[in-house]
Amino acid sequence: MTTGPEGTGDATPDGPTPDSTIQGNSNPDPPDLDWRLTRTQVLRDSMGVAIATGAYAISFGAIALAGGLNVWQTLALSLLMFTGASQFGLIAVIAGGGAPLAGAATAIMLGARNALYGLRLAEILRVSGLRRLGAAQLVIDESTAMSIGRDTDRAARLGFYATGLGVFTLWNIGTLVGAVGASWLADPRALGLDAAAPAAFLALLAPRLRGRELWALALVAAMVAVLAVPLVPVGVPVLLAGLVGVIAGLIPRKGTTQAPDPAESIDSSEPDDQPTREPS
Amino acid sequence: MTIWIGIAVGCLGCYLLKLAGLSVPKSVLERPAVHRIAALLPVVLLAALIAVQTFSDGRSLVIDARAAGLAVAAVAVWRRWPFLLVVALAAVTTALVRQLIPAS
Repeated sequence: MTTGPEGTGDATPDGPTPDSTIQGNSNPDPPDLDWRLTRTQVLRDSMGVAIATGAYAISFGAIALAGGLNVWQTLALSLLMFTGASQFGLIAVIAGGGAPLAGAATAIMLGARNALYGLRLAEILRVSGLRRLGAAQLVIDESTAMSIGRDTDRAARLGFYATGLGVFTLWNIGTLVGAVGASWLADPRALGLDAAAPAAFLALLAPRLRGRELWALALVAAMVAVLAVPLVPVGVPVLLAGLVGVIAGLIPRKGTTQAPDPAESIDSSEPDDQPTREPS
Repeated sequence: MTIWIGIAVGCLGCYLLKLAGLSVPKSVLERPAVHRIAALLPVVLLAALIAVQTFSDGRSLVIDARAAGLAVAAVAVWRRWPFLLVVALAAVTTALVRQLIPAS
């Protein structure tokens, strides 16, 4: 199951540090913890996530260029879409020669989970007006994972904003570095960059494959998409797979096969929100 | 130009989804089917993207150097190696196979 933000506290990338020694590693986030210690811990977690995500953004920038986008389009995606899996999904469809609107549809479906994160976060953030418009853009896997599950709303809000703003900053810087770097390459294909995208998807998918049913569903979706390739326009096979997911989700489940709540599985849903991994 | 339209629509859609979560009454989205679908969509879409991007050239099915790259990536993911290493190994493997077998 998920470890949640409280579980990440004792798994910071740099291991035990003076602060984590003080508060003890077994229970990193006790309710009676002094706010300053909590704040230090939350900020450090957020920083680790942001750095790891920034490194990941470099590969996004490079893959987007290899897929046929120009630097400005790539930067616009990271600035305005700002949700990793959707961005990769859009460039994947366009790179394959699909209609940009099919790419947009793929991106939007991949971003649907952010709406459910927002449901959880609305109670914690309690934002309205312009502030809500701004906070909404920061609703992503990482900021949600570092927010929900904190002991106090104050710590949860700090986790959300620190992670959201930190990731936003480094995600866009990383994208710039990757895109500009790749724009200097004569032939990205010679470097195998066209295989980098499926590898990135595999790394995103693996932590979500919990249990036999999800494995089976993933295989069915892959089969449907591959078999549809010669039959329908580019970009549509992936949308058909999305339809498989919708149908599977509409079938009511009973007993033990409860639906995985996206907000509960996000801790490992993307490699960049796992502070246990070394940010490189 | 059409790429910009796709980007604009995609960005707007993704933003409105984020905003909707913070804005709509909880009861609207707080349904088991909605949760299941939102959780399953990344699984099916990512699986489909992996399959299509590795085994097709857009119009027809092919097996080429990318399959070798994906296989290496699968091992790296299974071994829980860092994300960037996974991506880099897939790219390097694919590039090497292309060097050895120019047609792939």
